[in-house]
Amino acid sequence: MCLAIPGKIVSIEDNLAEVEIAGVIRRVSLDLAPEAKLNDYVLVHAGFAIQVIDEKEALKTLELFKELMEHEVS
Amino acid sequence: MKFLKEYRDSRLAGEILEKIKKISKKPVKFMEVCGTHTVSIFRHGIREILPDNITLISGPGCPVCVTPNRHIDEAVALCRLPEVILATFGDMMKVPGSKSSLAAEKALGADIRIVYSTMDAVDIAVNNPEKEVVFFGIGFETTSPTIAAAVLRAEREGLKNFSVLGAQKLIPQAIRALLENNEVGINGFILPGHVSALIGIKPYEFIAQDFGIPAVIIGFEPVDILQGILMLVKQVESGTARVEIQYSRGVPPEGNPHAMKVLFTVFEPGDALWRGIGTIPGTGLRIREEYQKYDAVKKFGIEVAESREHPGCRCGEVLRGLITPLQCGLYGKACLPEQPVGPCMVSVEGTCAAYYKYGKRG
Amino acid sequence: MTEKNILLAHGSGGRLSHQLVRELFLPVFDNDALNKLDDRAEVFASGVRLAFTTDSFVVSPPFFEGGDIGKLAVCGTVNDLAMGGAEPLYLSAGFIIEEGLPIDQLKAVVESMRKTADEAGVKIVCGDTKVVERGSADRIFINTSGIGVVPEGVSISGSLAQPGDKVIINGFIGDHGIAVMAERHGFSFTEKVVSDCAPLNGLVKAMLEVSTDIHVLRDPTRGGVATTLNEIASQSNVGVVLREDMIPVRDQVLAACEILGYDPLYVANEGKLLAVVPAQSADRVLAAMKKHPYGVDSAIIGEVVADHPGKVVLSTGIGGRRIVDMLVGEQLPRIC
Ligand code: SF4
Repeated sequence: MCLAIPGKIVSIEDNLAEVEIAGVIRRVSLDLAPEAKLNDYVLVHAGFAIQVIDEKEALKTLELFKELMEHEVS
Repeated sequence: MKFLKEYRDSRLAGEILEKIKKISKKPVKFMEVCGTHTVSIFRHGIREILPDNITLISGPGCPVCVTPNRHIDEAVALCRLPEVILATFGDMMKVPGSKSSLAAEKALGADIRIVYSTMDAVDIAVNNPEKEVVFFGIGFETTSPTIAAAVLRAEREGLKNFSVLGAQKLIPQAIRALLENNEVGINGFILPGHVSALIGIKPYEFIAQDFGIPAVIIGFEPVDILQGILMLVKQVESGTARVEIQYSRGVPPEGNPHAMKVLFTVFEPGDALWRGIGTIPGTGLRIREEYQKYDAVKKFGIEVAESREHPGCRCGEVLRGLITPLQCGLYGKACLPEQPVGPCMVSVEGTCAAYYKYGKRG
Repeated sequence: MTEKNILLAHGSGGRLSHQLVRELFLPVFDNDALNKLDDRAEVFASGVRLAFTTDSFVVSPPFFEGGDIGKLAVCGTVNDLAMGGAEPLYLSAGFIIEEGLPIDQLKAVVESMRKTADEAGVKIVCGDTKVVERGSADRIFINTSGIGVVPEGVSISGSLAQPGDKVIINGFIGDHGIAVMAERHGFSFTEKVVSDCAPLNGLVKAMLEVSTDIHVLRDPTRGGVATTLNEIASQSNVGVVLREDMIPVRDQVLAACEILGYDPLYVANEGKLLAVVPAQSADRVLAAMKKHPYGVDSAIIGEVVADHPGKVVLSTGIGGRRIVDMLVGEQLPRIC
């Protein structure tokens, strides 16, 4: 019900950040995620950062799966 | 595109699929609550590659579709006021109300602006001090905090010409209402990743605890969806019922408490009328006493006549997962994307529109 | 017609536009040349086979990354002629200008038209100017018409696609639409997305030099690749199968689409062509295209099949399949 995409914070000024999404720069409000820092990846929905992406969790999801696959293949 | 492309990896998707096929034995029905899931599932052709014993049914999670005609009628009434600029998300433009739609009103000269963010609407108010800017907001827990943040900004900046016509809804209680008369026999829930990014896992615990049904919070890329389905299948086959998070990179268990605080500073839970489902207590949001002056309905004293829904439209049943669009007599005949009868055919996320766009022609 | 008033969607190149043409214009104007519904008409004048077309341009804003309304107006008409294999020769230019437009801007547009016309090897030989009150137009609208000659032995039409044919595109899709949209919505890029706006007659000529056996050429402008392929499928009464992983889309364009909730298959192009070519000459044509500056990133993206006539099916990156329909209405930015 809600499109949101991951992008990286490349600059912050007050409660506004510039977020890079694969080469596209958007101005995004940090009103809902004030804890977001420079270089963090955030989920952007309708012009707002709504969550900071947990990079470790992201890698874990992928890694876990790849490992699992490799085990099963061997 | 980091955190996106790697979740569209075809090899990975293929392997997860194999795994699903290997362990899935029981015939099951999983409901994707969220319209964005519906679209992604169609867009990537996921239904077709799943084994036959797994049926995906679409649920009530398209904010456009569940918005009853009354709110559209109110928006139409507001945009006809000469001093009003109505700002809204593109999604709402074509939804037919009792008599008219915003797209039709725009063609007749109403000043309607499509915005991408609630902050854009506030900017319009700042730049047009002689006009009244009304933001027509729909959405679930993902979007509603952005509406609250806009109200708070208007308050901070002392803006007098900004108000909100709200038709927002809350998801978890709607799922409970659906389960209380579990007409469909749902065996598992694909829970909306981005709503959950805000509310976290707790509000869903009742699904497993009270109803014994597995549920997984899932992301929106094909690998996410397949992985989530695999997690559901594992629970079903082992006879467990838990609420789990597949989309852990975007959903910490606690969600985003700060954003929820922003939301409930401006709004409080109220009853909400869901199209086709009826009034569900505690699933709506109304503006708190302290922020009444931002309530457009009160500000302009709008009253609309008893609204009418099209008698033949079966959106309500589609939204509850009771029928597929193919079982609606109007689907693909009187009701087409270019002349929608019901909202499920208008919204890109609407189940009827997704069926039609992606080629289910019966 | 189902609507009582004209809506924006009637002009978006999608389903309502088609309805308008088929149900309102065709029955009234009704003649063989028009009824073919190609991007240009083929007519005979004293035994010479001519291609004739017209197009109007109302893009807002009139200046954008990689082009402007003048360049667009020349390319659009040149390309419509070229898509019939014709050699474009002469263009007309009609201007509708809103009172108050800075003369400098008009000059910039006109010079850009000249430059593009020179590149395409066409001359702008007649024109007209009207000025309307402020508010009656958005800065500047341009109409161009053009004529060209169709060489012997060339027979290209949207109705000639045959099962087995390959579908080729001459590069990345969606650049123009996203460049204009970015200007409109205040997006910026780390690496700019530039409109692909270009005259394609040179490229078509290079293709025809290696094989005159090209069945269909069409430029996927409004409505994008999806809408154009649907037109071809329905005009030729064949099916088309696309391979998602073969379709060239830039990362930034994909990202901008994700942000706005668009599908790149429906985003406008102004310097792209879709060629439907028999399998045996596909590689030759592809190689010739890749040698041309406007075809460096050409790729085979699908094929024509006898199954599901009138329909375009996409095989998705993860191995699923879905139907790709025509654009319905305009694409609007959405949040859900
Ligand atoms: S097909 Fe149209 S009329 Fe039928 S349920 Fe869907 S939206 Fe309503």
